Amino acid sequence: MTLQSPSLDIGSAAPVKATPASAARGYWQTVRRRLSRDPVTLVCVGLLLLIVAASLAAPWLGLADPYKTSMLRRLHPIGSPGHLLGTDELGRDMLSRLVYGGRLSLFMGVTPVVCSLLIGGLLGITAGFLGGRVNMLIMRVMDVFYAFPSVLLAISLSGAMGAGADNTLLSLTLVFIPPICRVAESVTTQVRGFDFVDAARASGAGMLTIVRVHVLGNVLGPILVYATSLISVAIILAAGLSFLGLGVKPPEPEWGLMLNTLRQAIYVNPVLAALPGVMIFVTSICFNLMSDGLRAAMDVKG
Amino acid sequence: MDTIVPATDRGGPAQPLLLATGLRKHFPIPGGLLGRTTKVVRAVDDLSLAVAKGETLGVVGESGCGKSTVARLLIRLIKPDRGTMVLDGDPVDEPHGITVNELRRQVQMVFQDSYASLNPRLTIVETLAFAPKAHGVPAAEARERARDLLAKVGLEPANFADRYPHELSGGQRQRVNIARALALRPRLVILDEAVSALDKSVEAQVLNMLVDLKQEFGLTYVFISHDLNVVQYLSDRVMVMYLGKIVEIGHVDAIYGSPQHPYTRALLSARPSMDPRKRTKEAPIQGDPPNPIDPPSGCRFRTRCPYAEDVCARVEPVLADTGAQSVACLMYTAGSGHSKAARP
Amino acid sequence: MSNLLEVRDLHVTFVTPDRTVHAVNGVSFDVARGETLGILGESGSGKSVTLRSILKLHPEHRTRWSGSIRIEGDEVLSMGGKALADLRGNRVSMIFQEPATAFDPVFTIGQQIAETVRRHTGKSDAEAWKRARELLELVRIPSPAQRLKAYPHEMSGGMRQRAMIALALSCNPSLLLADEPTTALDATVQIQVLLLIRELQRELDLGVIFVTHDIGVAVEVSDRIGVMYAGKLIELASVEQMVDSPRHPYSRGLLASTVHEGMRGKRLEAIPGAPPDLSAPPAACSFAPRCKFAEAKCLAAPPPLRETGDNHSVRCVLAA
Repeated sequence: MTLQSPSLDIGSAAPVKATPASAARGYWQTVRRRLSRDPVTLVCVGLLLLIVAASLAAPWLGLADPYKTSMLRRLHPIGSPGHLLGTDELGRDMLSRLVYGGRLSLFMGVTPVVCSLLIGGLLGITAGFLGGRVNMLIMRVMDVFYAFPSVLLAISLSGAMGAGADNTLLSLTLVFIPPICRVAESVTTQVRGFDFVDAARASGAGMLTIVRVHVLGNVLGPILVYATSLISVAIILAAGLSFLGLGVKPPEPEWGLMLNTLRQAIYVNPVLAALPGVMIFVTSICFNLMSDGLRAAMDVKG
Repeated sequence: MDTIVPATDRGGPAQPLLLATGLRKHFPIPGGLLGRTTKVVRAVDDLSLAVAKGETLGVVGESGCGKSTVARLLIRLIKPDRGTMVLDGDPVDEPHGITVNELRRQVQMVFQDSYASLNPRLTIVETLAFAPKAHGVPAAEARERARDLLAKVGLEPANFADRYPHELSGGQRQRVNIARALALRPRLVILDEAVSALDKSVEAQVLNMLVDLKQEFGLTYVFISHDLNVVQYLSDRVMVMYLGKIVEIGHVDAIYGSPQHPYTRALLSARPSMDPRKRTKEAPIQGDPPNPIDPPSGCRFRTRCPYAEDVCARVEPVLADTGAQSVACLMYTAGSGHSKAARP
Repeated sequence: MSNLLEVRDLHVTFVTPDRTVHAVNGVSFDVARGETLGILGESGSGKSVTLRSILKLHPEHRTRWSGSIRIEGDEVLSMGGKALADLRGNRVSMIFQEPATAFDPVFTIGQQIAETVRRHTGKSDAEAWKRARELLELVRIPSPAQRLKAYPHEMSGGMRQRAMIALALSCNPSLLLADEPTTALDATVQIQVLLLIRELQRELDLGVIFVTHDIGVAVEVSDRIGVMYAGKLIELASVEQMVDSPRHPYSRGLLASTVHEGMRGKRLEAIPGAPPDLSAPPAACSFAPRCKFAEAKCLAAPPPLRETGDNHSVRCVLAA
C-alpha cells in the first residue's frame, strides 16, 4: 500500500476510544493508594490510633487508680514491680496517669481545633467566596488577632478568664480561628477563580448550590489538612497552660500538669520526669507528620 | 419527559439573536493608600454588536484587546458599567425584559482552559448533570441526558461517564466542556479560545465536531480566538478588536480578502507563510500592543500605525460602513482631516 | 560543515514512585554551525525533553539517560559539576516560552545581563555594562541605555523576550536552544521575534534548535524540520521537502489538519484518536493505532528511521 492518498478523514463523530478502563479512579482512591505507600504517615496514624484507643479504653484496661496516692511509694523508678513506669511525686502510678492523662490532653488539643475549624472555616469560606467588602471586613478583624503571638494570646485570654479546662478550651478556640480563617479564605479565593465556578454561574445555578457542589469539595481537603497540623500546636499550648497553672487543675491527670508537678523530681529521677513530655512530643509530632503526609497525598495533579 | 426545551424563535430570522449596544467595562485597579482607585483598565469601551441567528461571529485580536471581556459581558458573568443587551427582542435585566438567569439559559460559554473549567472532584456525568439539576430536572433524568450528550460529542458514555477530569486528555476534556455548554439547550454558544490550547490534530477533530453540533442543534456561535486561520475557517462574519474597541467588522471574505484597517492588514500579514520560499522578510508592524490601562488618545492604534497623522491623536474614529465591511479609521472617514481621507 | 551537535540514540526515562514515563525513545540528529533545526511535535511528543537533555536540565535523581549527546566532540551526558556549568553558560544557551521566569523581578535587566557577563568572562563592571548595552542593541531593543535600567515587569512581553535572547547571547554561545519562545506572544509580536532569531542566527553563525508545536512557525525559521511523535523522530527533512512532500502518515496528517487559508467550508482532515501512553517503551510503530494505512507488519516491530534519498529520513515501513 502506498501513501499517495492524503485523505485521513475520520468523522469527528467517531467515538474516541478511552485508554483502558483500569485507569478510571476516583480522587479519594488515588489519595488512599498514595497514603498506603507512605510508611511514615502509616506509622504515625498507627501510633495515634493506639494512643487514642488506650485513652478511650483507660477504665477497662485494668490500670491502677490514677488518683490513689501513697507516701511510701514516691518516685519509684521505671520497671518497679507493680508500677511498670514507676510512680510520681505523690506515689501515683505513672502508667495509669499517662494513659488517663491522654484523655484530657487529647480532648484539650482536638476540641478547640474542631470548634475553630467550624467557625474559622465558615468565616473564611464566606469571605473568600463573596470577596469585596465582606472579605475586607472579616479578614481585617482576623488581622487584629494575628497581631498577637498565639502563645501570648492564649496565656492572656486564659489569664483574664481564669484557670480551668473550659476557659482553656475557649481561649484556644479563639486563638485558632484566625489562622484557619485565613487558610480557608485563600483556598476559597483560589477555587472561586477557576473557570468551573464561572461555568456553574453561567448555568444559572444559585449561590448556595455552587458553594455546596463546586466550592466545598475543593476547599475542605486543604483546610482539614491544615487543621490537623494545628492539633499538635493545641496539645502543646494546652499542656503549656496547665504547666503554668492556667489550665487543668490538680489532681486531674493531664500531661502538661504532670510535667509541672514532676518538675522537682527532675534531679531524683529525670527519665521519669520527662515521660509526660515524651507523650506530648510523640503525639504532636505524629499529628504533624500525618498532616504532611495527607498534604502530599492529596496533591494530585492531572 | 423533557423539562428543558430549547427556546423557540420569536422575532423571525431577520431579528438579531443578540444585540448589544454601547457596552462598556472598566476595571478599577486598587492602588495607593486605603485602596483608592487611581487607574482603570479600559477593557471594553462603547462596543456595539449584533449577532445574527444561525451565524458564526468570529472575534480576533491580541492580548489586552478585550475579547475575553466581551465574552463574559455577553453572558453576564460580569456586569457592564454601561450599555444594553437585547436577546431576540427581549431586553436583558430590565423591567419588561428577561432576567439574567433566563439569558444564561439561552447563552452558554466554553472556556479555554479545559482543566480549570471542570471541577476536579466531580465525575464527568455529574458535571454534565449539574446545570439541568439546578434548573429543576430530576437527578435520574439529568444523568440520562448527560450520557446522551457525551455520545453527541463523540465520547462513549459507558467509558467516560464515571471518569474524573484528570483521567481525560485535553481534547476529551474540551469535548466535555462543549457538552456541558449544550446541556441547557442554548441558542447561542460563546467559544472563548475553546480550541487554542489543543494540539493541531485534536483541534481539527474538535472543529469538525463544532460544525456538526451547530448544524444539529441549530446553534449560533460567537467564536473568539487569536488564531486567524481558525477564525477564517469557522466564521461567517469577523470582528477585529484592538484595545477594547472594534476596528473592523464585516463578512469573512471581505475581512480576509480586502482588509482595510491598517491593524487588520498587519495582523493578517503577521501570519507565518507556510511556504519556505515566500518567507516573511519584514514584520508588518513594530512593538507590542500598548497597555489598556492608559490607551492612546484619539485612534488607539495610532502609536503603531504607519499612516498615523496629527489628526489621529485628536479625533477618535467611529465605525463607518465602507460597503462590504465597517471600519473605524480616519482614512476611511470622509472629511476627517486625514490626508488619505476623501474630501467632504 | 562540521557538526556542532551530534545526538545519537538518546533515551530519556523519568522514574517517579507513581509511574515511569518513557519520554524519549531513541532520537538521533545532528546540527551544524549556522543551521536551524526545527523540532515539531505535539504535547507529550518528547520535543522539549530532548531539548532540555542537551543541557542536562532534568532532575538528576529521577531521570535515566542513555545514548550520546556530543557538543563539538564533548560528551554531555557524562558531564557534571564545572564542565556542565561551563557548557550551560558559555557554549550552549537556552531561551524559554515564558520570559518572565528567566529574569529575577528584583533586579534590572542591565544588572542581570551585566552580572552574567561578569561571571562568565571576568570582565570589569564598566566593560560588562558596555557589553550589556551592545547586547540590547543586537536584539534591536530601542533606546537600550534606558532599557538597561528597567525592571522585567516594566517591559512588554515582546521586549522581555528580546531581553532574554540578549541574556542568552551574552557569552557568545555556539548553540542556541529555543523552547517555544514565541508561543506566548501575540501574532504581530511573534513574527518580529521569529525574524530576529533568524537574523541573529545568520549574523552570529549560530546553530539553533527551535522546538515548537506550530507548523507555520517551524516553516518560518527552520532549515531542516524534524517531526517527533511518542518520543521518536519520525521524519527528518529539509523544510521544503517537509512542506512539499511529507512522507510519514503522521506528518501528512499534521499538515492536513492544520487550518489555513482556503479550507473554509471543507471538512478538516483530523487524525483520529490521541497519542499513546508512554508508560512502556513502544514495541511497534507508535502511530500505527491512529494510522489509516497500518498493516500487520507495522505492529511487528518498531520501524527504523530510514533514509529515503536526498537527506530525507522517515520512520515508516510503508513509506516509499
